[in-house]
Amino acid sequence: MAASAPAFPQGPVASRGGMTGRRRRNLIAGYAFLIPNLLGVLAFSLFPIATTIYLTFHEWNLSDTPVFNGLQNFVLMAGDSLFWKTLGNTFYYTFVAVPVAVFLAFWLALLLDRKMRGVLSFRVIYFLPHVTLTVAASIIWAWIFQAEFGLINWALSKINVDGPYWLTDSRWAMISIIIMSNWKGIGYAMLIFLAGLQGIPPELLDAATVDGANGWRKLRHVKVPLLTPTIFFILTTSFIGAFQAFDQFMIMTNGGPAFATTPLVLYIYRNGFAYFKMGYATSMAAILFLCILAITLFQWSVARRWVYGFDMDN
Amino acid sequence: MNTISTEAVQGRPAAGLGAGTSPMGTERSRLLGNLGAWGLLSLGGIIMLVPFLWMVLMSFKSLDEVYTFPPQILPNQFLFSNYAEVWDQVPVARFFSNSATVAISATLGVLLTSSLGGYSFARIDYPGRNTIFLLYLSTMMIPFAVIMIPLFVQMRMLGWINSLYALIVPGLFSAWGTFLMRQFMMGIPKELEEAAEIDGCGHFRIYSTIIMPLCKPVLATLAIFTFMGFWNDFLWPLIVISSRDLKTLPLGLAGFQQKVALNTPWHLVMALAVVSVLPILLIFIIGQKYYVRGIVTSGLKGAA
Repeated sequence: MAASAPAFPQGPVASRGGMTGRRRRNLIAGYAFLIPNLLGVLAFSLFPIATTIYLTFHEWNLSDTPVFNGLQNFVLMAGDSLFWKTLGNTFYYTFVAVPVAVFLAFWLALLLDRKMRGVLSFRVIYFLPHVTLTVAASIIWAWIFQAEFGLINWALSKINVDGPYWLTDSRWAMISIIIMSNWKGIGYAMLIFLAGLQGIPPELLDAATVDGANGWRKLRHVKVPLLTPTIFFILTTSFIGAFQAFDQFMIMTNGGPAFATTPLVLYIYRNGFAYFKMGYATSMAAILFLCILAITLFQWSVARRWVYGFDMDN
Repeated sequence: MNTISTEAVQGRPAAGLGAGTSPMGTERSRLLGNLGAWGLLSLGGIIMLVPFLWMVLMSFKSLDEVYTFPPQILPNQFLFSNYAEVWDQVPVARFFSNSATVAISATLGVLLTSSLGGYSFARIDYPGRNTIFLLYLSTMMIPFAVIMIPLFVQMRMLGWINSLYALIVPGLFSAWGTFLMRQFMMGIPKELEEAAEIDGCGHFRIYSTIIMPLCKPVLATLAIFTFMGFWNDFLWPLIVISSRDLKTLPLGLAGFQQKVALNTPWHLVMALAVVSVLPILLIFIIGQKYYVRGIVTSGLKGAA
């Protein structure tokens, strides 16, 4: 650099010197533009990751010095029935709520994918819950599920059904939360499906019509295959999201009755910030991460069997 | 592509006659289909809207009217005083300004850092760029719930517990936002800046005068997403904020509901819920186009 810079003063003729000068300028500008962002992202993700690894091997009550305890956190976890219970709750919630939401959102998107009066208003209406604060939505639904004065049991009483004590009955509490979560989340999945449906080239559907395909066959053989990447996207992101659901559990039932609706995240939160078992809570968070990772990797590994064009993109 | 075209071909023999249904018939079935769809959508739409409606109605009722069975749909008298009463019981204005401070500063920060970072990834060529970009992508895969405890420890080391800094500073940087900006900027033709470069413009001039004006739609999308995310966030403020005067709206709302668990003044809780939901609904309705576009692009980017 030092040798070439004086030998080739600026100007179009100095192609080689110009290149290195430009390259240097790019290097400086590239990092200068990135540095604030890079430092921030690294500081608030790499540091926590390093801390996670450190804390999983330590016992720490937040005030004293952390004590190394090897794999003791994981041994404790294996014998902690509440850990298993709450992990089970997280799985129950995730594997019921997500498929139901994806299924309903798909049909909703099909219904909304047409030229019809009022269709735009419907899209906005179905999307409104998604932009509402989860805390506020949970409070509203807690009242709607309220056993004595709530709307649902009133509606049920109209058809002579004695509604259960939704949020305080361990058989119904989780189902209530799933209903609320799907009310809130369905609009998001619907919107993405809608975008996918509208991205299907109309020629393909026209060709199918000319070939005599009826609505069902078009759905089965054109729309669904072409939407498999969208379904895949929604499934993977919804699973990741559902594994971390917290607000509605905290507000609607506070984890009760008898831990029936305590998801793992709430149990981690309590261990960390109510019992101050930082090492133990972090170890459970690490397990949560492994669960999310395993499910995501599993979905990726089976994706090529059913997702259209999955191989081509990878 | 192959599977689809063969399916279509298989359907062909029947097509010769099948496709010949009269236009009148298809038009009628289309109308019938629309009518059916309209009916189903209205039914579902009511389920979507009733909770909102109920929240608003409850916020105007007296406590006695809340505790009645069968539920009384309309209040005897719309008690606007409920809102004044909430104002007396909790520092609504403080919650509001805390939420706004956090959401606005984080949004401005994300717009700045993500656009700069996105420019760097998309428009400048330098060694190490792709490796760093991969690093960004991998940080996007770490769920918040997994690192909330270490992040709390970090805030504690920085002395930011029970301070709005803990809510704002980690939020100023977004790997997702950087990714979104990069994707958008990749699509801007290179020629646009080559002319500027010949005129001797540096990267910052190109960024600020050429690229950023073209990025308005994606900036709007990113702004709305970030704002809503921070406005709605509950778990992180719950972890780092404890004093009442620093609470954001979701935190204040949750606290108000739980503080009086046994004898909850539901009508007042609902009034506070209305106050916290209203701004975000307004922002959504105003910025609808950008929000929807953001979801669609992020969704399809992930899907494609």
